Amino acid sequence: MSQQATGLKQPAAARRATLLKGPQSAEARRRERLGWILVLPSVLVVLIVALYPLVRTIILSLTNARLSSTRVTSFVGLSNYTNLLTDPKFLNALGNTLLFTVASVFFETLLGLIIALVIHSNFKGRGLVRTAMLIPWAIPTVVSAQMWKWMYHDVFGVINDLLVTRLGLLNTKIAWLASPTLALPAIVAVDVWKTTPFMALLLLAGLQVIPEDIYEAAHVDGATKIQQFWTMTLPLLRPALLVALIFRTLDAFRVFDVIFVMKGTAPETASVAVLARQTMIDLARLGEGGAMAVIIFIILALFVVLYTRLVRVEEG
Amino acid sequence: MATMTAGAPARKPIKLGQIVNRVLFWIMIVMILVYTVFPFYWAIVSSLKPAGQLFDTPVAYWPKTVTLENYQNVFENPNFGLALRNSAIVTIITVVLSLVLGSLGAYATGRLAFRGKTIILYTVLAMTMFPAISILGSLYQMIVAFGVYNRIPALVFAYLTFTLPFTVWVLTNFFRAMPGELEEAAFVDGATPMQTFRMVLLPLALPGMVTTGLLAFIAAWNEFLFALTFTQDYEGARTAPVLIATFSGKTEFELPWGSIMAASVTVTIPLIILVLVFQRRIMAGLTAGAVKG
Repeated sequence: MSQQATGLKQPAAARRATLLKGPQSAEARRRERLGWILVLPSVLVVLIVALYPLVRTIILSLTNARLSSTRVTSFVGLSNYTNLLTDPKFLNALGNTLLFTVASVFFETLLGLIIALVIHSNFKGRGLVRTAMLIPWAIPTVVSAQMWKWMYHDVFGVINDLLVTRLGLLNTKIAWLASPTLALPAIVAVDVWKTTPFMALLLLAGLQVIPEDIYEAAHVDGATKIQQFWTMTLPLLRPALLVALIFRTLDAFRVFDVIFVMKGTAPETASVAVLARQTMIDLARLGEGGAMAVIIFIILALFVVLYTRLVRVEEG
Repeated sequence: MATMTAGAPARKPIKLGQIVNRVLFWIMIVMILVYTVFPFYWAIVSSLKPAGQLFDTPVAYWPKTVTLENYQNVFENPNFGLALRNSAIVTIITVVLSLVLGSLGAYATGRLAFRGKTIILYTVLAMTMFPAISILGSLYQMIVAFGVYNRIPALVFAYLTFTLPFTVWVLTNFFRAMPGELEEAAFVDGATPMQTFRMVLLPLALPGMVTTGLLAFIAAWNEFLFALTFTQDYEGARTAPVLIATFSGKTEFELPWGSIMAASVTVTIPLIILVLVFQRRIMAGLTAGAVKG
């Protein structure tokens, strides 16, 4: 395992030690070269298809570039960004995105935690429940959006049927997705349905590494179940919870599919990603849309920094 | 009796409280199952209803008559076959490329020492959380410039942006977790690092590669934003998710919900089968990729 540690974080000193060992130095050099040869194709692909376009987007966001035109583009400095600060369409989309992110992540975490705690106990058919919970996760977002659109149908939808005809909770059928105030919460509910099971399974994995005997000890000491949850389960679950939270926040903040399929580019639900795509591709205003895309990237990058601090690249 | 929890009396009468707890617990389980499964159940039921019953109130929760006419309609649409073909080709090429490039790269980052490894790993980790929208416009122009707009390679390139970093990251962790003795033994026997990789480590990494391949498959199969933006028609490279999202009926006012549900179910079935067959591996992969730390 020694060669694995070399060249990770100990820089010059360790390397020199390897090189000075004489006969091994040729071997070490060979391995170093092999390492680069093997990783090079992946690095090249990532550079070409991801990092280069990213840098290009950042540069274009400082220009008045059009998507496909021969017109000469010129630098406009930060004006695309400063314009966005007062652009009601952008601020509206940013508000929708924040609302979507906070609401969906909150409900997913809460429901996911409850479900994880319920299925953590031993019972017959637990495997079946866990399998069933993978289904919403595996269904394509586009499909789940269409499924729910049909369920939300104002006349023939099963949700109105359930709430009005069967349970009598509502007096009249509601056009969920046509309502400017209910459309976004309705879409949040779709996202919550699709990702809660995933969240629950991640948290379940976190629960399973908590040793059983501490609960027995707490029980002997007379702690109630609720006390046990707040003083033991929750603190011990914190790492899993934190990682799951960050993952979901990243995902929710760049939301596109579910909103686009259910409501297109309608302003009452459009997220920043929806608006950015519309501006860049449909309206061909690459510079302006690029600025929105860069803003999403920066906000997410801050989250990624947070995440990489929690999950170390080196182990042990 | 010996297996019972220490301290528990041999047999005590079941209290009412316990029964209530038990009942509440099972109610919760049933609620969780209904919540997670019902929407997909509803898609299947709707896809099997004849047009008349689909637009019937009150809604029937069980089809009175079952028909396959919606599926027939979907498969008679030539675009659907093309979309499925495009989805399959794009997904398979993407997954194979990711696994080949990714396993070589992950062997290097997981097992070999070389300069710049740490920065590569950090980049890869950051890339797994990359927002696709931030490269959409630039990638569009590059794809047009390379002359691959509306063609399979456009989507393969685009999909590698998320499948490749993910594959490298998860497989690196798999390679790292292997015992070093095997490698040392092979080394002592005079095997070169490449021989060690091919004959010792790769067979051991196979389960990890199956898991990673599955997760990459699901991600590529479900992708929508790139497919919508970089393709134009089904003869070209439009995939099944785009077809489902942009389904339109004969009239503008009433969408053909029966057909949409039939297409949705058809596209989802391969994924459900994969999940059912490989659920253990998928769970292991998800937790390895996400909650490692």
